Amino acid sequence: MIYLYGFAFLALAASFSANFKKTVLALKTAWREFFQILPTLVIMVILVTILLFLVPDQVIVAYLRNHDKWIGFLFATLFGSITIMPGFIAFPLCGILLKKGVAYMVLSAFANTLMMVGVATFPLEKRYFGTKAALMRNASSLFIAIIVALVTGFFYGELL
Amino acid sequence: MMLSRRVTVMTGILYGAFICIAFLAGYEPGQRIGRDFVYFSWDILKVMPPVFILIGLFEVWVSSKAVEKHCGKDSGFAGFLWAILLAGTAVGGVQMAFPVAYALHKKGARLGMIFTYVGAAAICRIPLTTFEASFLGVKFTVIRWAVSLPLVILAAVFLERYLTVQSYKLPLMEMDK
Repeated sequence: MIYLYGFAFLALAASFSANFKKTVLALKTAWREFFQILPTLVIMVILVTILLFLVPDQVIVAYLRNHDKWIGFLFATLFGSITIMPGFIAFPLCGILLKKGVAYMVLSAFANTLMMVGVATFPLEKRYFGTKAALMRNASSLFIAIIVALVTGFFYGELL
Repeated sequence: MMLSRRVTVMTGILYGAFICIAFLAGYEPGQRIGRDFVYFSWDILKVMPPVFILIGLFEVWVSSKAVEKHCGKDSGFAGFLWAILLAGTAVGGVQMAFPVAYALHKKGARLGMIFTYVGAAAICRIPLTTFEASFLGVKFTVIRWAVSLPLVILAAVFLERYLTVQSYKLPLMEMDK
């Protein structure tokens, strides 16, 4: 995070010293694009908070530890797709689940869909890509997430 | 099509009112939603300034020619590597990848490249990966990368083919003209 700010600051400083007018234009562009997207972002966060309320962490844990790994797999895919969590929450959670005996395959399905498939980010994605492209991207991501999870299961000897 | 302004504003007002009432009335679940909202918003907002400043600088300084050369119509396999490299250093969640992908497309990057970018931004951001490997093991991460990256490229190519045949245009591209 600090590096990102540092980098942006350096880039900005370099830009200012190279061409003042161009830099002002850049900042104006940044400002305009930010405000274009702000309402959609707020809506997204609202969706996420409501979703996380409806599907709290404990419920996720309970379902993923299911004895039948395929049911766990199914729920992992489902939870991962509809919720969004920052990575620094998601991975520690995966670490805890792993210690509790959740299969790697299930964790992989959860982590993959969490990051690649976004039902809650859909309104945002739709603004940039359009409904059709956003739908297709999410569908293909879901497919990829499942394949990756299965391969993971294979390498950890959990598949059979 | 985007959410209409009125729906957005109404949702915001209703939600805000609900949170306020929850705090005044001491309704615990409502308070939790409110706290989550502040927490997540802060999480997203704190990466906003540098990301959008960099997008702005990118738009004025990077010539369309350079983007086209690396990620444009005639770019080959190396273009995908560029997209993945760019994504690896990206920060913020996938929600930050959309505006960046769009900026790339506006500068002439082909659709396949921006889908690769978004996909890769979800899979292999460097900071996230170090985190993942420390909690789940390097083997887990290696398998995930090795399997998902080729598939993401493949999916991006197919998506691009399909959308190009349909002469699909990104909605904002029409608006920005």
